[in-house]
Amino acid sequence: MIHSLFLVNASGDIFLEKHWKSVVSRSVCDYFFEALERATEPENVPPVIPTPHHFLINVLRHRIYFVAVIQSEVPPLFVIEFLHRVVDTFQDYFGVCSEAAIKDNVVVVYELLEEMLDNGFPLATESNILKELIKPPTILRTVVNTITGSTNVGEQLPTGQLSVVPWRRTGVKYTNNEAYFDVVEEIDAIIDKSGSTITAEIQGVIDACVKLTGMPDLTLSFMNPRLLDDVSFHPCVRFKRWEAERILSFIPPDGNFRLLSYHVSSQNLVAIPVYVKHNISFREGSSQGRFELTLGPKQTMGKAVESVLVSSQLPRGVLNANLSPSQGTYTFDPVTKLLSWDVGKINPQKLPSLKGSVSLQTGASKPDENPTINIQFKIQQLAISGLKVNRLDMYGEKYKPFKGIKYMTKAGKFQVRT
Amino acid sequence: MIARGKNASDLFPAVVKNVACKNIEVKKLVYVYLVRYAEEQQDLALLSISTFQRGLKDPNQLIRASALRVLSSIRVTIIVPIMMLAIKEAASDMSPYVRKTAAHAIPKLHSLDPEQKDQLIEVIEKLLADKTTLVAGSVVMAFEEVCPDRIDLIHKNYRKLCNLLIDVEEWGQVVIINMLTRYARTQFLNPNINEEEDKKAEPATLAKRKPYVMDPDHRLLLRNTKPLLQSRNAAVVMAVAQLYFHLAPKAEVGIIAKALVRLMRSHSEVQYVVLQNVATMSIKRRGMFEPYLKSFYIRSTDPTQIKVLKLEVLTNLANETNISTILREFQTYIKSMDKDFVAASIQAIGRCATNIGEVRDTCLNGLVQLLSNRDELVVAESVVVIKKLLQMQPEQHSDIIKHMAKLIDNIQVPMARASILWLIGEYCEHVPKIAPDVLRKMAKSFTNEEDIVKLQIINLAAKLYLTNSKQSKLLTQYVLNLAKYDQNYDIRDRARFIRQLIVPTDKSGALSKYAKKLFLALKPAPVLESPFKDRDHFQLGSLSHLLNAKAAGYQELPNWPESAPDPSVRNVEVKDSVCAERTVLTGPEGAGVLLLQTTRGSSNMQDLPKKLLISLFHRMSHVLLHHSHSEQSSSAEDRKRGRKAVKNQKSASESESESESSESEEESEEESEEESESDTNVRKKRVRLDWNRIPAYYFMNTLHYIQYTTLAPSGSIKMYELLHRIKGEGLAVEYCFSRQPFSPEPNMVAVQIQFTNNTNSETKNLHIEDPRLQSGMRIREFAEIGLQPSESVTVVMGIDFCDSTQAANFQLCTHTRKFFVSIQPPVGELMTPAFLTENDFKKEQGKLMGMNEILEKLTLGEKCVNEHVIVERVTATANLSRVPCGSDKECRFAGKTVSSGCLVLVTVTTKEGGGAQLTVNCEKMLIGTMLVKDILQALSQ
Repeated sequence: MIHSLFLVNASGDIFLEKHWKSVVSRSVCDYFFEALERATEPENVPPVIPTPHHFLINVLRHRIYFVAVIQSEVPPLFVIEFLHRVVDTFQDYFGVCSEAAIKDNVVVVYELLEEMLDNGFPLATESNILKELIKPPTILRTVVNTITGSTNVGEQLPTGQLSVVPWRRTGVKYTNNEAYFDVVEEIDAIIDKSGSTITAEIQGVIDACVKLTGMPDLTLSFMNPRLLDDVSFHPCVRFKRWEAERILSFIPPDGNFRLLSYHVSSQNLVAIPVYVKHNISFREGSSQGRFELTLGPKQTMGKAVESVLVSSQLPRGVLNANLSPSQGTYTFDPVTKLLSWDVGKINPQKLPSLKGSVSLQTGASKPDENPTINIQFKIQQLAISGLKVNRLDMYGEKYKPFKGIKYMTKAGKFQVRT
Repeated sequence: MIARGKNASDLFPAVVKNVACKNIEVKKLVYVYLVRYAEEQQDLALLSISTFQRGLKDPNQLIRASALRVLSSIRVTIIVPIMMLAIKEAASDMSPYVRKTAAHAIPKLHSLDPEQKDQLIEVIEKLLADKTTLVAGSVVMAFEEVCPDRIDLIHKNYRKLCNLLIDVEEWGQVVIINMLTRYARTQFLNPNINEEEDKKAEPATLAKRKPYVMDPDHRLLLRNTKPLLQSRNAAVVMAVAQLYFHLAPKAEVGIIAKALVRLMRSHSEVQYVVLQNVATMSIKRRGMFEPYLKSFYIRSTDPTQIKVLKLEVLTNLANETNISTILREFQTYIKSMDKDFVAASIQAIGRCATNIGEVRDTCLNGLVQLLSNRDELVVAESVVVIKKLLQMQPEQHSDIIKHMAKLIDNIQVPMARASILWLIGEYCEHVPKIAPDVLRKMAKSFTNEEDIVKLQIINLAAKLYLTNSKQSKLLTQYVLNLAKYDQNYDIRDRARFIRQLIVPTDKSGALSKYAKKLFLALKPAPVLESPFKDRDHFQLGSLSHLLNAKAAGYQELPNWPESAPDPSVRNVEVKDSVCAERTVLTGPEGAGVLLLQTTRGSSNMQDLPKKLLISLFHRMSHVLLHHSHSEQSSSAEDRKRGRKAVKNQKSASESESESESSESEEESEEESEEESESDTNVRKKRVRLDWNRIPAYYFMNTLHYIQYTTLAPSGSIKMYELLHRIKGEGLAVEYCFSRQPFSPEPNMVAVQIQFTNNTNSETKNLHIEDPRLQSGMRIREFAEIGLQPSESVTVVMGIDFCDSTQAANFQLCTHTRKFFVSIQPPVGELMTPAFLTENDFKKEQGKLMGMNEILEKLTLGEKCVNEHVIVERVTATANLSRVPCGSDKECRFAGKTVSSGCLVLVTVTTKEGGGAQLTVNCEKMLIGTMLVKDILQALSQ
């Protein structure tokens, strides 16, 4: 299946390689570099590159290309999904997944990769099992290790791999037993020129941080489970129970994990919490263009819209922008032509606006494309779909856990066409 | 150094010495090093082998596994025999984890030495029969690498794999699903065969064709994979999607669309692969994705390759109803900054226009407007597309041609200029005035044009000469002369050739007569079609599909067979003991009951224990087997127990064959001990002494169960009437719920049907037809039978009631008549006994509190004086087993629903003065309430 893995940084150097079967020369990456050169943007590299003897499947995360070498037929998603899992594991272990972090922890990285794949076939990808095998490096542990000469590698071989709940370790102990759930919803929307919604959908996830002693069995029920149109679960969730009663019943993994992700379809009406008034015009013949942008809240159920960030890719003909924001700060990069305006919180009494002029290249004709405006925002304490958790119960253990649920709405891919 | 790709092989001896090091981290790193360089330094690598061989014998399963892993990763040919031996040994290891590692080692050895294939296949065959989820994924992967064509190895394991699938780890799921797709393609009939052939088939053959009946195994596969669409792993979702696309009946394919659309939210690489597959699917099954049209709208931030793929999908989805919205979207795309994408959008508009006749004019107008765009690329692309569109109906669009003729002054892109010239030449009859004028202009600039344009100018000149020689004769001559001295030989050739053709000279050959025909022949309009059109012959989701070329090791997806191969190959051979048992138990009463009757009637008490014991063993092995079956489908926390039960079942059957495993020895000991006892109560006590021994404990539990069921009067298996003798014209049919597990399908309820022929003639071809069932319910029919006069025959059929008390309706057919009949199960028959310890019971009960618990107070009936009667009454009402309990005030029972394996827990607590409290805990509240009602009734009588 997966033969080898090469890690390539943004400047096109291979800084790590790992082979699971016989060694594949790193010259195979030349094909990848060719494709990289051809692509205008870093993300435009095709994920699958065929070469005469191998196939290269790559993913780009954190400005590092993870290039897997395949020799024979294998479902491409299998490889892609695995590579993402590798990145997630690195992130889990080192906090960030950067070239520096990988180089600093090259031994751990190598041990991890060795455990995750055997002969090209995934072996242990569950972070709980891995953590038992190879302990994540912390400052304290490094100090202890250097003094006592012990290692990061677990002395005990993991039992999780053998258990029926491979996602949970046995013998977990906490003094404070707590279970937190974050319901995070993202609105993906395209708004057209006149302000009407072309498409809008809500993607939500429930991320959990569960620190409970022993083997608790949790059930989570919703006030309105019918809202959830399409869901995907962490393997711990009992599917049958959900099918029958729309209740999430599970033995949670230890620590942070994503319990489920869901989708509220575009068939339901989606409330759009902000509106944008814009007037961007370029006149023929003149080297000046008018630029006006006003933001305002709507349908926010009384909650404040925070951390608003507006960005827009202006046409290539734009030379500079001379704007004045009523609040927040704006930047314009004359090279990439990217305008971004950090608005902050929207005050419904005094709507934030950005007005001014943009100067065009002299002599250049009026650009005929209109910039799209991307908006990011956050609304605390609100799940825009109206999803509400009814209750959380715990069985199987005696103590009383501390429970908490937080809601948040964010903008996903929120675009306004002008 | 290895990580940086530098050669560190010089250090080999120094590093390998450390293999015996105590520090695990060092050890592991040595392994990494060893595996990397062993190939180059074979002799030295051999030094380390003995360490691993020692590891293979370690009592710790994990050390055995890792030793095997490293040993098999060393690519040195000399140790092949050692590896082979190690794999064989590990394949029969006690620990499933070691067996899994053995499965991993198989492809390694195969790639090292392909000659070992035959031996390896034997190992694979053995491992395929393994019942643990841990092994399943890995062994199927080995199967795919070593012998993907040995489909015959799968037959026996097919049902097991289907049932285990949901519990296998995610990577294994992907491999298994892909393999099963291929398997199903060879073993089942095409579910869509009727629809696809209806278009072509003649009515006569239509009438003859048998209605399609889906093989129950095919259905099993589809049903068991469906929940996996909810997986968090995109690869699993894609695998299920392709399985449904390739195998499911048309009506059911729709469900995958939602899941695929969900994947589109994922990383862009995942999106890319999914969109590729959606593009292929959307050509064949357009309706499937139409509701999700808006999810494919393009955002300006998408990478170009995603944009182009989305465009492709949108174009495929376009039809009369949604075309206006799609076109409006396309119009905004044209304004995008990404020029490649704009070009692709214009092409997409062109394709929509060719596919949907109604919008052709609107599209054309839109494209013509684009001609005034400032961006040359856009204009050029639209010219090319317009050319293709005009070719379809040139008559009505002479004004567009005129407009384009004007454009030629401004457009610089050679391809576009060439296209315009070709258009004018082709349709010069529609624009008689302009054409010569254009030629005049072009002749002037001939020398400065690109080659492709020059060729078209010559073409235009030739065509004009033929249609309108008066005006263009001189011009043509001029152009041809210019071309004669061109630098490009292609153009010189063309000029020479055309001159010969069209200019009449004395020597002109026969060809010139046909010049007009040659040049002005009607050209067929080009067909604009999707590049994804024929991709579906590759298995979706595969690398080959993505590249549209066969990758090495790609296994062709076979076509559906004409007629279904024998489905019986998948029937699992039941162990001998169980077979024997079945013959005993298919009688109208269970063996135990039968035995009890004999005991009651018989005064020869000496015979009793022996007989009872034999039946006990039979019964127990069956019960345990069944237990393990139902466990497979039950939820996660029960799995462990299930596995134990499997082990037990094995040992039970082994004990009968008097094998030498330790557990069975234990049991055969008991057997001999018990043979000497004559009182059942004493035996019970003896066994209770063995409480701490797990196998014995199960044994005892079974004893309990058997004891109580056997104590139930024989009348407790109630016969229901299916067809009365008079109504059935002499054929009387009765049925009862035999409470036996239905071995072909564990989640069906076995219904025993007794036919009695009261007529004087033979009844032939008794069978079931036309079952009308609630959705999800299934019937497994009995084989056709015949009845001699006054003969009585018993058959067993299976019905999956889906844990509801809805009746199953069907027709009972004889060779002369059909009878409508229905079987409605009492709620108590929808469950099978489950074996729990007291602690397990309490734990499970703790999980099923709140809404799932039903409490009811009751007054016990007069006859319910002691524990015995209560137990009897409850077990008669519902198929439950008793759970041992310390207090004599309480009776506990446990069972599982047959279809979904939900636990049903019943507690009866007696109080002073004939009062009692009944508690039922069940996840399925409906079942719980009905059960409470039934038990209440039974107890208060």
